[in-house]
Amino acid sequence: MAQAAAHAQGQQHPIKLYLVVWGWLFILSTCSYLIDYFGLHGYIRWSLILLFMLLKAGLIVAVFMHMAWERLALMYAIVLPPVLVLVFVAIMVIEADYTLFTRVIYFGTGP
Amino acid sequence: MADTASTHTQTVPARPGGWEGITADWSSDQGAFKGVSWGKVMMWIFLLSDTFIFSCFLLSYMTGRISTTAPWPDPSEVFALTIGGTSIPLILIAIMTFVLISSSGTMAMAVNFAYRGDRTKTAVLMLLTAAFGATFVGMQAFEWTKLISEGVRPWGNPWGAQQFGSSFFMITGFHGTHVTIGVIFLIIVARKVWRGDFDQERRGFFTSRKGRYEIVEITGLYWHFVDLVWVFIFAFFYLW
Repeated sequence: MAQAAAHAQGQQHPIKLYLVVWGWLFILSTCSYLIDYFGLHGYIRWSLILLFMLLKAGLIVAVFMHMAWERLALMYAIVLPPVLVLVFVAIMVIEADYTLFTRVIYFGTGP
Repeated sequence: MADTASTHTQTVPARPGGWEGITADWSSDQGAFKGVSWGKVMMWIFLLSDTFIFSCFLLSYMTGRISTTAPWPDPSEVFALTIGGTSIPLILIAIMTFVLISSSGTMAMAVNFAYRGDRTKTAVLMLLTAAFGATFVGMQAFEWTKLISEGVRPWGNPWGAQQFGSSFFMITGFHGTHVTIGVIFLIIVARKVWRGDFDQERRGFFTSRKGRYEIVEITGLYWHFVDLVWVFIFAFFYLW
């Protein structure tokens, strides 16, 4: 009996919600592809890539993975740690710039 | 089907929300994650660790790409396909993206039907998801074959920076492995659903425990994660 009750609950949302999100993911992917198709370059390209990427990732995590309906304790435990990867990114950008600098100085093959 | 608003598996006492809820949940002498089964929490924690693995791959790719003095091969041209005499940039990758997103959609609906106890629809949707996944891996194999025949190797390629090959094979190879494992996982769970294991409370052959329909959602979490990683690979490796 308890088993049957457990079946009836769980993550229950209308199918329409999934179809809407699905549609948006298609639209956003098409937009990302069009960035390349139209050959946008520079900051407009990078910011649009990041924008569409974050929107898609957000929709998948929030709706498809049901994170939007979980308690905040789980949400923060899972979502916050990857944000800290940004610190690692910053460190590696500085390091990589320095590597490039030394390569240009000592090997003279720079641009 | 009736209660669409209720989402938590347990609704026993009202617990505080917001920041107060976080402190209350973590400080109590009990399980920190309320209303979530251990299976789901463990899958989330596994996915978190997997996030770090893929982050490291993408970071090493970023470091290699910034620090090289040689020009980086233009992915737009490298991954172009000639269809009907015209070269379309990045088209194969775009199709792969749509295939994977479609598989995510069918997976999300499979989870929904699983909680409604609709065995046939759940199993069919899961197998459809697996088929999309297998298609994706097939297209990736095609892509690898094409690039290898054009001379891309982990230590060099005809177009520029040597780091391109190693980054490409490591990142897409690891992602492809995840998709393959996901397809196997999906087929196993779909078979259990189809057979009615969760209605008959049949014990699993490996764990000797009774399964629940929640395993479909847990499989779904893994599958959506694979799609999620592709979103980042698509943005950073193929589009950047």
